[in-house]
Amino acid sequence: MKDTDIKRLLYTHLSCIFSVILSIFIPSFFLENFSILETHLTWLCICSVFVTTVNLVLYLVVKPNASSKRSSLSYKVTRLLKCCIYFLMSCFFFHVIFVLYGAPLIELVLETFLFAVILSTFTTVPCLCLLGPNIKAWLRVFSRNGLTSIWENSLQITTISSFVGTWLGAFPIPLDWERPWQVWPISCTLGATFGYVAGLVISPFWIYCNRKQLTYKNN
Amino acid sequence: MRLGAGTFAAFCVAIEVLGVALFLRGFFPAPVRSSSETEHPAEPPAPEPAAGANSNWTKLPPPLFSKVVIMLIDALRDDFVFGSKGVKFMPYTTYLVEKGASHSFVAEAKPPTVTMPRIKALMTGGLPGFVDVIRNLNSPAVREDNVLRRAKAAGKRIIFYGDDTWVKLFPKHFVEYDGTTSFFVSDYTEVDDNVTRHLDTVLQREDWDVLILHYLGLDHIGHISGPSSPLIGHKLSEMDGVLMKTHAALLAQEKKTRLPTLLVLCGDHGMSETGGHGASSPEEVNTPLLLISSAFERKPGDVRRPARVQQTDLAPTLAIGLGLPIPKHSVGCLLFPVVQGTALREQLRFLHLNAVQLSKLLRENVPSYEKEPGFEQFRMSERLHGNWIRLYLEENNSEVLFNLGSKVRRQYLDALRTLSLSLSRQVTQYDIYSMVVGTVVVLEVLALLLLSIPQALGSKAELDVPLWSPVSSLLFYLLLLVLLAVHVTVCTSAESSCYFCSLPWLAAGGVMMLVSALLCAVLSALAKASVGVQHLRENPGHSNSRWSDVELLIFVGTVGHAVSLGASSFVEEEHQTWYFLVNTLCLALCYEAYRTCFLGADGEPPCCRHTEGGCDSTAPVGDGKASCDVLELSQAHRSPASLDGPQGRDRWLVLASPWLTLTCCRLLRALNTTGVQGAHRPGLGHWLASADHRAALSVLAALSLLVVFALVQSRCSRASKVAMALGLLGVYCYRAAIGSVLFPWQQENKDISKGIVEARFVYVFVLGILFTGTKDLLKSQVTAAASRVRAGGLWEIHSGLVLLAALLSRPHNLPVLVSSLAVQAVMAKFIWKPLRHEATDVTVMHYWFGQAFFYFQGNSNNMATVDISAGFVGLGTYVAFPAALLTLFATYMGPVLWASHLLNFLSSEAGSRSALSRACFCYALVCSLPACAYIILVTSLRYHLFIWSVFSPKLLYEGTHLLVTAAVCVLFTAMDQTHRKP
Repeated sequence: MKDTDIKRLLYTHLSCIFSVILSIFIPSFFLENFSILETHLTWLCICSVFVTTVNLVLYLVVKPNASSKRSSLSYKVTRLLKCCIYFLMSCFFFHVIFVLYGAPLIELVLETFLFAVILSTFTTVPCLCLLGPNIKAWLRVFSRNGLTSIWENSLQITTISSFVGTWLGAFPIPLDWERPWQVWPISCTLGATFGYVAGLVISPFWIYCNRKQLTYKNN
Repeated sequence: MRLGAGTFAAFCVAIEVLGVALFLRGFFPAPVRSSSETEHPAEPPAPEPAAGANSNWTKLPPPLFSKVVIMLIDALRDDFVFGSKGVKFMPYTTYLVEKGASHSFVAEAKPPTVTMPRIKALMTGGLPGFVDVIRNLNSPAVREDNVLRRAKAAGKRIIFYGDDTWVKLFPKHFVEYDGTTSFFVSDYTEVDDNVTRHLDTVLQREDWDVLILHYLGLDHIGHISGPSSPLIGHKLSEMDGVLMKTHAALLAQEKKTRLPTLLVLCGDHGMSETGGHGASSPEEVNTPLLLISSAFERKPGDVRRPARVQQTDLAPTLAIGLGLPIPKHSVGCLLFPVVQGTALREQLRFLHLNAVQLSKLLRENVPSYEKEPGFEQFRMSERLHGNWIRLYLEENNSEVLFNLGSKVRRQYLDALRTLSLSLSRQVTQYDIYSMVVGTVVVLEVLALLLLSIPQALGSKAELDVPLWSPVSSLLFYLLLLVLLAVHVTVCTSAESSCYFCSLPWLAAGGVMMLVSALLCAVLSALAKASVGVQHLRENPGHSNSRWSDVELLIFVGTVGHAVSLGASSFVEEEHQTWYFLVNTLCLALCYEAYRTCFLGADGEPPCCRHTEGGCDSTAPVGDGKASCDVLELSQAHRSPASLDGPQGRDRWLVLASPWLTLTCCRLLRALNTTGVQGAHRPGLGHWLASADHRAALSVLAALSLLVVFALVQSRCSRASKVAMALGLLGVYCYRAAIGSVLFPWQQENKDISKGIVEARFVYVFVLGILFTGTKDLLKSQVTAAASRVRAGGLWEIHSGLVLLAALLSRPHNLPVLVSSLAVQAVMAKFIWKPLRHEATDVTVMHYWFGQAFFYFQGNSNNMATVDISAGFVGLGTYVAFPAALLTLFATYMGPVLWASHLLNFLSSEAGSRSALSRACFCYALVCSLPACAYIILVTSLRYHLFIWSVFSPKLLYEGTHLLVTAAVCVLFTAMDQTHRKP
């Protein structure tokens, strides 16, 4: 593992953060009355699209795991389709989990689903980009000692911090402060976004600080 | 002396219960009481003060009103009468307020704003303390002096129509009554029609003096659809009509009698924006108080805002108006406008009577009463009053007389206000010294528990308790002396009454000895722990163990919950915390299960690295432990590699079981909506409990009982299988008898009985099963196949408790019982056993589930959700002890059943000799941590706005929970002792 790798990681992460920030400011030029809290659902869609696009572009440009054995078109197409299906499935999966956590079943379905979409964008999309539609690889990465590269390590950190952010984001809901951001699911989506950004910021530094101790199986 | 961790923990929790009891006694001030018994009503009224002159007016003044009608509308908020709603929907009342002969006030109700204490406050004039609410959950008769009792003693005839709480509070006071029950909240027309239908006849009659009408409909509408519902307007118009009719009839009657009549319109409490009540928001506290009488002056065009008074002021006013002595515990002051029309001498006489009563109450409750400003004011005005009387009797110049008289009157009014204020403050004064002593005991115990974690959760689960060393140490005696000195100083200098000081010397000394002994023990444990840490630093090879994800979650969750109790919203919505934690726990377990099943089966050793340290990770868990020492507790790691992942069908069940649990939890969450924010949302339970869906409820109850039987019977002996089946059948019969469920062959309208026979039939089986279980446990002491017999006995006891729970829980809550049993079975079989969790982890998980099920049952941190009806199951009348026990069990059903399942689970696991002991220690620790945190938080928040409405009920719940924990720990220790015997 070289420092250049870490530098590349840092740049990709910075561009991801940039995409999140852009999703906050760009739409206000095109849409009237745009604000995160009031037109929250619009923002969710835009943010999700931005982050997904940036992730895909980065995947194509940086190519962290360049060892694609077959490169036939049909293989690529099936892979893409599989990725889409996985993404949709993860959205539904998150939706189900939110309902299990107590989100209303019938009311606010759209809100809950868009929340699932944004959380999938922060977690599933990078996974799909990096690991492909391969559940076993996912499980390997998210178990304790199955990492093979700094990319996977940073993926682990960002994903976990997105989840933790979402989890912490649920805490203000029962408080009686009567703030606009306490409404379901705004605090959770904001928590997820903060968690994601925090993960993006932390992971390069964490890897840099721990580069002596980190040993990956392949190197 | 070496002690098992379980025994140690049981002792600790017992001491903690003592500390909490002391704290509670200090925290909940005793209500203001008059020491003189109410049995001497013949006490002569205070004579008119007359400085030297000879006044012969020693009798009570005559009544001002011949008839009094009190029209109490439940949950009547002040803006329903004085606000825009009043103008729109209550035209007649508005006319009376603005132009009629009336006095209007906004009466402030003190929390808890619940009907029963409010009625008491209105009639006794006292402030029922918070403890009274607990003491009177079953609303027995009012024992304090009150207006109604005085009226009855004076030969007044009282008629009552309305909420039957009155009939329970004042039995035998009414010559005629018709109580309507407020049980069916969904009904808001019938309850009021039941009152109004009597009006036409009773208003024509003349054989009564006091008429009380209590309308419940408005409150019910509030509970159903909130204060902005259109139903409110209709109800207010209806009430306006009733008021008009009553007023007209009273005016007609007045012509026949000499004296005027009085019509009182008031509310017992308000209505919050969500339609509930009980707390202390302005909407709940402010109620209108309207006094209408032809004796009052008309005030055309006088549209001032109504003056703010206390709700307690009505009692002395009524007493004066009816010519009765003022109730002894009343802290209210006379509403002066009511007597304004009388002669000055009478006015002063009334004020004097009230002031004498208040000052007497003050003298009995405040030791240093002479320093109170109100008392001094009273003394002065009494002296002036005497002078005035002398002048009056000497028939002095009327101008001078009038000026002096109005000065006396003003002074009296000031004195009354000050006296009333300082008396009300009495109720909310904390006994800090008792609180501190209690807190110190609890904190020391917690410190001791925390410091002994390494030893207690170690391999042997035993610890050295230096029981005798304090007795011989110098420190102990020094501490004892210091504490006793402090005690003497505090108690001799205390101004207000203090419970701990009023204890006998021996008891106080005992507590002091306990405190200093505990402190010595804590210090020695601290010394030992620091030595251990140094030892650890010298050879750091042991310390590289890490916590697994689930353990991390458990730690974070436990600490986070304790911290979250500092916010009133988190206390109100504590169920959300537990649901959230349990959900997260299930997901974490799910993750662990997936990892074990998919990666563990691959033969990859994914987490070997961190277990390489001290112990041989491939050795079987039980044996490998004995070779390592102190830090064993965190060496809890089983490497999934050493575990041949569950195969085939089992594997899929392992993967599915967390999802099953999650689904169960989600469904239960929808069953009972609890807490403050969710209370207005209709839950599935409400739907089931309403009378229209009785058939659905019956099917559900029958199904649930069947499933309960199916889940429990597999491990029972044959005899108890039969007993269980009959018992569950009896439960259904009981519910059918009291009319909550139906038999398929039964017609809709059957006479409803109390179901005593059926309930007792079930009790017989409960006792039988418990007895068999105990017998088996005793037998396991002597027979060879001890462990099998013992496991059987434990399961019998568990099933006995399940049967009792089935009997006591309301029929729509039976699914909670079923899912609790199902989740227990599934988790034990497919998660805890195959994944080989540590005893401590399993304990904490059981605790979490127990807490979540406590709220799934529909409980909350509010006194109103305690199901008191459970205390009457199978009892003809109210018998204090069994009723309290049954209510306690019914309330803490969830935690108790989960604890009993934990006992079963751990003792059925082979090769875990010290597991029970460690589990007991862990359970004690996990329960006492939030209790301690909460005590400290409450002490620091004792002047918080919500202290009475939110924090105090939770404190009582926490205390009771600790009591239950103590019982559980004692049970665990007893089991552990029988287990250990060879």
